[in-house]
Amino acid sequence: MKRLTEERTKVLFEKLAKYIGSNVQQLIDRPDGTYCFREHKDRVYYVSERILKLSECFGYKQLVCVGTCFGKFSKTNKLKFHITALYYLAPYAQYKVWVKPSFEQQYLYGNHIPKSGLGRITENAGQYQGVVVFSMNDLALGFGVLARSTTECKTADPLTTVCFHQSDIGEYIRAEDSLF
Amino acid sequence: MGRKAEYSEKQKKGPGRKARKQGPPSFPKKSFAPLEDEDKKLTHRQKQRMVKREQKKVVQKAKLKEKRAQQPRKQKKYNSDSEPEDEVANQQAGSSEEEVPQLVPIKKQKLNGTAATNSKSKKQQKPSKPESDEEPEDEYDESDNELDADSDDQEEVDGEEEEMEELDGEEASDDDDDDEAQVGKLDDLFADDDDDEEEAGSEEDASSDDEDGSDDDEDDDDENDEKLPIELANKKLKKRLAKEAKMADEEMQMTVDQSEVFQLPEPGEEFDAEMSLQDVQQRIKDITQVLTDFAKYRQEGRSRSEYVDQLRRDLCLYYSYNEFLMEKLMDIFKLSDLLEYLEASEVARPLTIRTNSLKTRRRDLAGALINRGVNLDPLGKWTNVGLVIFNSTVPLGATPEYLAGHYMIQGASSMLPVIALAPQENERVLDMCSAPGGKGSHIAAVMKNTGVLFANDSNRDRIKAVVANFHRLGIVNAVVSCEDATKFRNIMTGFDRVLLDAPCTGTGVVSKDPSVKTTKSEIDVQRCYNLQRKLLLTAIDCVDAKSSTGGYIVYSTCSVLPEENEWVVDYALKKRNVKLVPLGIDFGEPGFTKFRQHRYHPSLNLSKRFYPHTNNMDGFYVAKLKKFSNTIPITKEEQEADEKQLDEAIAAEEPEASKATDNEEDKEEGQEAVQDAPRKTLGKRAGKPTLTDVEQDLKKKKLEQSKTKYVAKVFEKPVKVPKKPKEDKPTPAAPETATNGKKSEKQSKKVEQPEAQNNGQSPSKKTPPQPKPATKLTEKLAKAKRVDVDEVPLLEGKPIKKQNNLKNKSKQIGQLKKSKPMAGKKQKFKK
Repeated sequence: MKRLTEERTKVLFEKLAKYIGSNVQQLIDRPDGTYCFREHKDRVYYVSERILKLSECFGYKQLVCVGTCFGKFSKTNKLKFHITALYYLAPYAQYKVWVKPSFEQQYLYGNHIPKSGLGRITENAGQYQGVVVFSMNDLALGFGVLARSTTECKTADPLTTVCFHQSDIGEYIRAEDSLF
Repeated sequence: MGRKAEYSEKQKKGPGRKARKQGPPSFPKKSFAPLEDEDKKLTHRQKQRMVKREQKKVVQKAKLKEKRAQQPRKQKKYNSDSEPEDEVANQQAGSSEEEVPQLVPIKKQKLNGTAATNSKSKKQQKPSKPESDEEPEDEYDESDNELDADSDDQEEVDGEEEEMEELDGEEASDDDDDDEAQVGKLDDLFADDDDDEEEAGSEEDASSDDEDGSDDDEDDDDENDEKLPIELANKKLKKRLAKEAKMADEEMQMTVDQSEVFQLPEPGEEFDAEMSLQDVQQRIKDITQVLTDFAKYRQEGRSRSEYVDQLRRDLCLYYSYNEFLMEKLMDIFKLSDLLEYLEASEVARPLTIRTNSLKTRRRDLAGALINRGVNLDPLGKWTNVGLVIFNSTVPLGATPEYLAGHYMIQGASSMLPVIALAPQENERVLDMCSAPGGKGSHIAAVMKNTGVLFANDSNRDRIKAVVANFHRLGIVNAVVSCEDATKFRNIMTGFDRVLLDAPCTGTGVVSKDPSVKTTKSEIDVQRCYNLQRKLLLTAIDCVDAKSSTGGYIVYSTCSVLPEENEWVVDYALKKRNVKLVPLGIDFGEPGFTKFRQHRYHPSLNLSKRFYPHTNNMDGFYVAKLKKFSNTIPITKEEQEADEKQLDEAIAAEEPEASKATDNEEDKEEGQEAVQDAPRKTLGKRAGKPTLTDVEQDLKKKKLEQSKTKYVAKVFEKPVKVPKKPKEDKPTPAAPETATNGKKSEKQSKKVEQPEAQNNGQSPSKKTPPQPKPATKLTEKLAKAKRVDVDEVPLLEGKPIKKQNNLKNKSKQIGQLKKSKPMAGKKQKFKK
């Protein structure tokens, strides 16, 4: 567990802001104690400082995971969010996409969302905006980025992709080994 | 539009709704007793007649008595006179019962062939038509019928007479009342009555020799003549049924008798080759019965143990267990329970899921799953998060709800330890062997994501499942680690609660993993319980007895063997200041307090066992311990001895494992000693086969000493030697210590730090140049070493910060580096 470098911190918050915008603030200033981001084996963990302290007893190799894993830094300092970040992204998300029940399963297998699978979408979302994907009964399914802005979506034909898939909860099964 | 129809509950609508529905047909009960409720079905007129009859009866009886006194028996011809009247009455009575008229013609055709046989009864036959008694020709036909029926009857007329007579009695009087049907004559009446009496006599006969009714037949005929064919058929049927029942009884008696003489195969006999599974099953049943009442059913000259052995072999064959496990199971269960347990172990337990109370409620989840076509029900009253799945059209491990972390697929038994643990909010809880995280996540859910949950598992592959499940279920207060759980007390203590779901042989989850039935052996069980003991002691050490809310340890296994359960807990009770407390679960069987030759602590009945056949969950054991003092009742030396004993037991059973642990120790010792590491391991590997116990001890102690080195003062050693003389080699110890002391003095002159373990270490490093004297030296030093080592516990009493290990280690490296050249010098010096 080490502190993030200046550079990585910047990357992280930029990335976070893409999905939850100004709500990043709420991740930092919490009423229930201090929370912080820490890096362990290139992975970013978000955890209460109280727990962090206790986890210091473990050796580097023995410690597997503390708190919630947000994502992993690549060697070139690019951050890729894991599906595990959804726990914090979903409630704070500013732009949302809802998929139709018929497309739910498709999305969970890792497909992009075409116009035909789109049930609902937040107004005023621009192109390449990070969005959190929900099912029609408000179950967070994953996140991605918009391929078209909201206005473009309305006019798009049914088969064009409106939202690129980045991560979905099906990965808990599909990619359990590579995630952690 | 949009009506929510519930078809199951609605009545069918249709054309027949208003029409009066015909009820289902009712059939008479098949009973052999005379029908009591006959009068219920009587017509109005019949009832009237009945009343009259009753009145007359009284009068007649009185008259009869008079007559009887005067007259002897009436002749047969009177009988014949009286018959027709009887008949009429019979028919009336018969018609009152429900009948199947179609049967009559069939009977006629069928039985005509045998008709002529009974000439006597033919003569006696009289008209038998319900309404028209006046037509003799007709009657004749009918009488033929009856006759036929009679002759047919003759084979089976046994206990029948009674009923008939009773009826006859009634009927006889009935006739008399029936004025329209005939002209009543007083004489006839008397004749009738006499006839009755005669029949009564025959009845007695019949009852006296029930078995062969042949001699009664003629008498029967008299009676049968008077009845309607259908009635007769009915009687016949009853008779047959009675007979069948009787035969069945006899057969049962026979089988009982047979089993009484159940032959146990001779010891040498080879039965199994040609025996089918059915035969084996039959034999299991037989032997079980013999064993239930051994004195009664035993075969002379065969001992109980022979039966039991045979039973065990059969059970092994039938359920494909190995002998060892079956023997254990036979020890655990009563015979009746055993079969139930084995049967229950063959079938899978119902699939159960646990609602993740962090994300949803059980009711919501149930609704969502029902919408997906899952048929489910709440699981028991003891849990408010469990759901049992009956069937499902979708894979439960891949529904969006599952992926979103709304539930966890988990056996019902796996919820019990957490319920017993009852973690509170804001506590520090440890789950020692957590993979795949089912119980751990349950704990976190109960704590509502507050406090800290430490989930540990020593298997790095399985730990991934824990992380994945925790993230999926939205648990944010967890620290997941991959440590050797037996060493956890060195890492962190002071937990409020510890859950130890110990690795076990899995004899309780045979339905999940049938390979357990054949693969487990004595050695596996031993290995398990040694490890479990170690783990449980560690778990207890990790708990803080002074915790305001907690101080509890829950120990659970999915095994049913007492060795892995009660015995382990009993061991912990002796070694630590803990006591058993009730689980807070109101079902399950109490734990054993004695098992074969073992006598466990009486409070072990507070722990609970769960079985597949009684609780419909996997075989499981849960015990809850409360730590009431942080002090350890046994001395440090004993403690170490125990540790050693357990380690050795594990090592002996599992040589490869011991190697692994050794390597781990090496690692710990030399992790940072990078340049030394390869040489050391090489040396050790080379020297491995020749490693004696002494040397192994040495290594372990070395390790511990390295941690305590800073506080240990070498100069105290000689003082403490007499305190702890080693029983193995007392003689060399004294001089060695002296040398030791000298050496260390020397060293301490040169190097500031005392080198407890380097004394042992140094000679081994000298080995390459001078092998022979060096080995001698090692031996000597090793012996000396043991003395040093024994003091470690005493020295350990001083405050040591475990978390300073790293620093210790790095310093140790430094020492190692220094000691090398120094050792060389020493040798030179000696030379």
